[in-house]
Amino acid sequence: MRTLIGVLFDGVAYGSLLFLISLGLSVTMGLMNFVNLAHGAFAMMGGFLCVALMRRFGMSFGLTLPLVFVAIGAAGAVLELALYRRLYRASALDQVLFTIGLTFMAGAAATWLWGPSQQPIELPPSLRHQITVLGIDLGAYRLFLVAFVVVLTAAMGLGIARTRFGAQLRAAVDNPRAAAGMGINVGLLFSITFALGAGLSGLGGALAIDVLGLDPTFALKYMVYFLLVVVVGGPGSIRGSLIAALVLGVADVAGKYYVPQLGGFIIYASMIVLLVLFPHGLHGRRA
Amino acid sequence: MAAAPEAETPGVARPRWHPAELAFWIAPVAAFFAFPDRRLLLSQIFVYALFALSLDLVLGYAGILSLGHAAFFGTGAYTAALLAQHGWTEPLSGLLASGAVSAAFGLLVSLLVVRGSDLGRLMVTLGVGLLMYEVANQTSSLTGGVDGLGDLPIGALFGKIRFGLDGRAACAYSFAILLGVFLLARRLVQSPNGLALRGIRENVRRMPAIGVDVNQRLRVVFAIAAGVAGIAGAVMTQTTQLVGIDSLGFQRSAEVLIMLVFGGAGRLYGALVGATVFIVAQDALAGISPDYWQFWLGAVLVVLVLIARGGLLGALDALRRRVKRRR
Repeated sequence: MRTLIGVLFDGVAYGSLLFLISLGLSVTMGLMNFVNLAHGAFAMMGGFLCVALMRRFGMSFGLTLPLVFVAIGAAGAVLELALYRRLYRASALDQVLFTIGLTFMAGAAATWLWGPSQQPIELPPSLRHQITVLGIDLGAYRLFLVAFVVVLTAAMGLGIARTRFGAQLRAAVDNPRAAAGMGINVGLLFSITFALGAGLSGLGGALAIDVLGLDPTFALKYMVYFLLVVVVGGPGSIRGSLIAALVLGVADVAGKYYVPQLGGFIIYASMIVLLVLFPHGLHGRRA
Repeated sequence: MAAAPEAETPGVARPRWHPAELAFWIAPVAAFFAFPDRRLLLSQIFVYALFALSLDLVLGYAGILSLGHAAFFGTGAYTAALLAQHGWTEPLSGLLASGAVSAAFGLLVSLLVVRGSDLGRLMVTLGVGLLMYEVANQTSSLTGGVDGLGDLPIGALFGKIRFGLDGRAACAYSFAILLGVFLLARRLVQSPNGLALRGIRENVRRMPAIGVDVNQRLRVVFAIAAGVAGIAGAVMTQTTQLVGIDSLGFQRSAEVLIMLVFGGAGRLYGALVGATVFIVAQDALAGISPDYWQFWLGAVLVVLVLIARGGLLGALDALRRRVKRRR
């Protein structure tokens, strides 16, 4: 019973990370139908930036997080304006090739700058100990992760439901043409959303170092997880992504804990089954 | 305006051989004699050309975006290896058996693939590729896991010719297979079946209106392509007498996609040109530093998509059209 709750808790923490990183991808794919395989590279860069800031400038972990968010968001905005923007109307093949190219470049650049090995991270002491809740030992850092994502999701949900920007974004995801016809600047809206998504992904990458690890293959290794969250959740659906990320996180942790000899088999097999049964995502409305 | 009308209308079958095509096929034979110490590399080029050719059937002709084509390459490679290990050492029948296993697997996968959207197809093929990698990784008692299988007892060709270290037999064998499969593929894409595929790629909604069962055609070509990829994998196993788990990896799927797109998809020869350039470049550059290779590979892809759509042969076509207009 105790291990079951422990596994569930770890799975939820893992799923929260997946959600944080995949959120921007969901909007990209929902809003522009853009297949972005390079989204994990933003997370990887966020992780490396966090490590570099802590090691070179002796910053505390907490202090690097907002910096990572802003820096990776800015990088996302630059890439969107310079490159991504040209390919919104291109075929899925072109988008796939382009973003695989970016992923390869990011991986090679990271190897060149930081070497091929796993990056260690020194968490602040306040996050390193175990907290006992109702007789169950929970890692403080994972608790912090879950709380962080809960607060962030609540804030985002509120922002999307209540603000003008949120209303415009919802309109654009539902029907970009009609939204543009109503005078919404969909291009600008998308640039901002892309930058926010990249920033969140970078933030997720920094937070993920202690859980998922960090090395130059990160972007490729977890690419399928991020895509899966989005495709299963239904592109453009934040609630769908959240549910998909949590289910995926719990399933992966539980599978690796209880039947380690199957490895990633469960995830990939369930991925194919889900895709075949729900081609438009669990929560999707349109093709 | 003396040019033949059939050469001017795109999309119409041209069954006759163009002199340039004949010249093209002399090049590998010449290379065989010109570079006797690089025959293993040549053999590798032929294997990858065959693999890229099979992806061209799927992507260039059927228009299905696959990110897991290595699943079939690896299936063929492992089938050939397991057959040899368990006593079936005769290469030609082993090759056919590997192709058949891979084609059957391809037919199974095609049931899942053809019905989806671009994104769905991409995800399902990606998932199948990763799944096969995990299967090979976890059943290590059978497949050798991460280490793969080595020292395979591959029999002599026709009971006489052995695959030696000089690569002579390997080179000739893989070239013969490539040429044979290419002729069949050329026949296939110029047949009514191939034209139907082209129609599906150009306008999928209109094809049912002229009586074409779209999904059935796609399933058939997907299975054929899977069989060809399996043959490519089996040739690799037989000529090197080993098989590694990287033959199933995502990297392999991505590389073959890059080869094809770099050469130019949807024209058969693009696959051959792309594979040749890729393997030669990799041989020359990757030795210096694998990271640089990876970086420049990515950069070439980005530039290719932004500027040079249609690959090398596409650029060549555009150049030729421009020269023609000048005249």
